[in-house]
Amino acid sequence: MYLGRVVGTCVASQKVAGMAGVKLLVVQPVTPGGVSTGRLQVACDVVHAGPGDHVALVGAREASHALAESFVPVDAAIIGIVDDVQHPSTERTS
Amino acid sequence: MKLCLVTGTVVATVKHPAYIGQKLLSCQPLDSTGAPQGAELLAVDRVQAGTGDRVLVNQEGNGSRQMLGTLDGKLPIRSVIIGIVDDVAVDPLEARRGV
Repeated sequence: MYLGRVVGTCVASQKVAGMAGVKLLVVQPVTPGGVSTGRLQVACDVVHAGPGDHVALVGAREASHALAESFVPVDAAIIGIVDDVQHPSTERTS
Repeated sequence: MKLCLVTGTVVATVKHPAYIGQKLLSCQPLDSTGAPQGAELLAVDRVQAGTGDRVLVNQEGNGSRQMLGTLDGKLPIRSVIIGIVDDVAVDPLEARRGV
């Protein structure tokens, strides 16, 4: 599981059967401090996130468990909209 | 399983139902010398760990499902903190050979 920031949406009309109605978002993985790390990826969204949101994702086989349909071939799903991260890199120095 | 240092907590109000009531911590994986190695990850805490603790993280879905149970046979949780580490003993020569 990891953190990311939603940077855009992705639309695909032609999809495998189990993915009908699933919203796809483009996500930039980030560190707890909010620094981009790694490459952009497309993730399924089940929590109604939108561009600009800081989100938590689950990868691998467990991503498909977030969807209504079982055995869907996806490897990333947004499972939470992050309100706050308490981490040394996010502490204010004032 | 990975040896990690708990570096912080993550708070999310809007989340998948499987995460309701679960504590989510950010963890930094460590190498054999205790130095940070690789990207930080998020894990559900089942052992009352906190920031600064060295923990054992299981990154595998079947184990998570067995521990946490499932919702309709499914559970979108992969990483779980399964232990707070008291001590690690590594032979320095063996560790160097492994790097």
